[in-house]
Amino acid sequence: MGQILGDQQETNVAPEPTEAPPEVTVNRARSRGGSGAGGGGGGGGGGGNGSGPEQNGQPPAARPARVVEAEEDEDEELTLKYGAKHVIMLFVPVTLCMVVVVATIKSVSFYTQNDGQRLHSSTESPQLHPERYATIMITVIIVMTLVLVLLYKYRCYKVIQGWLFLSSLLLLFFFSYIYLKEVFKTYNLAMDYFTLAIIIWNFGVVGMMCIHWKGPLRLQQAYLIMISALMALVFIKYLPEWTAWLILAVISVYDLLAVLCPKGPLRILVETAQERNEPIFPALIYSSTMVWLVNMADTDRPKRNSTEAASPQQEAPEAVASPAPSSLSQDDGGFSPSWVNQQQHQLGPLQSTEQTRREIQEMPSARPPVEDDDEERGVKLGLGDFIFYSMLVGKASATASGDWNTTLACFVAILIGLCLTLLLLAIFKKALPALPISIFFGLVFYFATDNLPLRPA
Amino acid sequence: MTAAVFFGCTFIAFGPAVALFLFTIAREPLRVIFLIAGAFFWLVSLLLSSLVWFISVQISNKNSAAQQKGLLIFGVVLSVLLQETFRFAYYKLLKKANEGLLTLSQEETMPISIRQLAYVSGLGFGFMSGAFSVVNILADSVGPGTVGIHGDSQHYFLSSAFMTMAIILLHMFWGVVFFDACEKQRWWAVAAVVISHLVVSCTFQNPEYVASLVPTYIILFVMGVWAFYSAGGSLRNLKLCLTCKDKDFLLANHRPR
Repeated sequence: MGQILGDQQETNVAPEPTEAPPEVTVNRARSRGGSGAGGGGGGGGGGGNGSGPEQNGQPPAARPARVVEAEEDEDEELTLKYGAKHVIMLFVPVTLCMVVVVATIKSVSFYTQNDGQRLHSSTESPQLHPERYATIMITVIIVMTLVLVLLYKYRCYKVIQGWLFLSSLLLLFFFSYIYLKEVFKTYNLAMDYFTLAIIIWNFGVVGMMCIHWKGPLRLQQAYLIMISALMALVFIKYLPEWTAWLILAVISVYDLLAVLCPKGPLRILVETAQERNEPIFPALIYSSTMVWLVNMADTDRPKRNSTEAASPQQEAPEAVASPAPSSLSQDDGGFSPSWVNQQQHQLGPLQSTEQTRREIQEMPSARPPVEDDDEERGVKLGLGDFIFYSMLVGKASATASGDWNTTLACFVAILIGLCLTLLLLAIFKKALPALPISIFFGLVFYFATDNLPLRPA
Repeated sequence: MTAAVFFGCTFIAFGPAVALFLFTIAREPLRVIFLIAGAFFWLVSLLLSSLVWFISVQISNKNSAAQQKGLLIFGVVLSVLLQETFRFAYYKLLKKANEGLLTLSQEETMPISIRQLAYVSGLGFGFMSGAFSVVNILADSVGPGTVGIHGDSQHYFLSSAFMTMAIILLHMFWGVVFFDACEKQRWWAVAAVVISHLVVSCTFQNPEYVASLVPTYIILFVMGVWAFYSAGGSLRNLKLCLTCKDKDFLLANHRPR
């Protein structure tokens, strides 16, 4: 079953270069943690997003009757083995996203420049009152989350989809255009506007298709990583230093409350999605596998074949008889008709007939059924997690005095936090916030590594 | 100070370790996780030791050079002791986790043996330690400049890279020997590991970097042989492995002779 780690995603509209107050559009969705390896009824509730598609094809395979404890023990063992695989399936994209952000920060100076495009009025410096700007931004995020949850609860799906569509449109076209422009500036490459337009157009359209509709899994994952990295870069550029750290800290606390408290908006969102047995919007979640298409292709054939099994019965005797006339040809390779007839008499029909073929096909296929195989179940992580992790590491690499040491320390801290969160997910089997532990470790390691002069021995 | 120096030093420092990672660890998710956890433990130990050193520097007399040097040596010793303590703590944690797993699961074998854990955790320690030693130096080597323009050693980058490689491999060997000694309750072996770590670290004090490489490599070689024997290797095993006649290994890896 798809194990889903709760988290949020935010898409921020960057402020216009003028003095207009920033328009911030934030989307959030949280997804539930599915139950662990225990398929069927066990523990944390059936249905839900990830398991829906996997079960629509084949009915759940009949398990031999077992003592409940034994099944749970084996679940624990399976959970550990496949849990490790899931952890790695999340490590890789998170690492990639962070690498992209750090590489950009180190090479393209645009994202670390303070060139007057700020979120504050020109008279006040945000260094004096970081808490004020943090409060504003947090309030905006909270309001947006509540709006999203309300819209979802009252089934205004069109509004939400339009909102998501617009924000990913903005990210894929506008922000990537700026990114590309700055990269060209850094490396002093020249490109005409026509080529640039073609490139951006293709990039954006394919991205929209992959994220909102269908596309190869790897491509979709790559696009999700890219837009998370772009978003993190925007945050790093436009948030002054202390504001960013404050926001990270407060967001983790908010995340914790919103997911775990009974009345938390994100928990309500997840439970509503569970009740209605719907997946939460794919544009907001990174998932490591895509199972439903494969399943449908697999299960169609046996059904189709079984209905036609009755008809070729009468064809069979004719098919068996047919080799006999064909062997009247000159070149029968030594297999004279009498020999063939004798073989068939002794061993049964040698040629494969329609019916025998169908019988073989109806037998259970060699491929293991999907819902029993844990390896096919993916893990899902919200894009907001990607964004905030990358933002932390990017900020660390941009502003740290210890430079690469600090970046490395934050990187390891975040990965360990993610690992611990997944461990907790395997233990508790319900929706969990992915931000608090990682961000906490990341912040601790950032401030410690930056301020304490470290000398390895 | 060119890309050649950068790439050369990077590959010298991290080459063996990355090769070990790619060929033995990258395919097993459980090992990767324990590697990163090992790196994390090393990081925490370093953090604590630097915290203590920082506090002691703050409360000391900042003007006395001798005191500062003494504090430095004290800091190094403390750091080594804390690293080894955290290695021991990691060992205890892994033992507990393994026992828990064994009682829970139906199978008799654990998904990962304590020897593999020793290797993986040692390598994790080594990666992090090496990275912290050398990454900033590597980053500087890309930019413009001249090495040793004020009369210092001209081979600073190269000797740093070699030292880092030695440190990473040493941490791995120390990990194997340490865990094995803890399993068999041989405390003298643990003490030997700690002492050799101290010796290697204190050679850092030598400003003439190249000279400190020699004892480090001797210790590296000795520890390597010790780790090989404590992991169950022997001359016979080695011969079988090198001539590709080791039946158990071949069976396990389905490779034709």
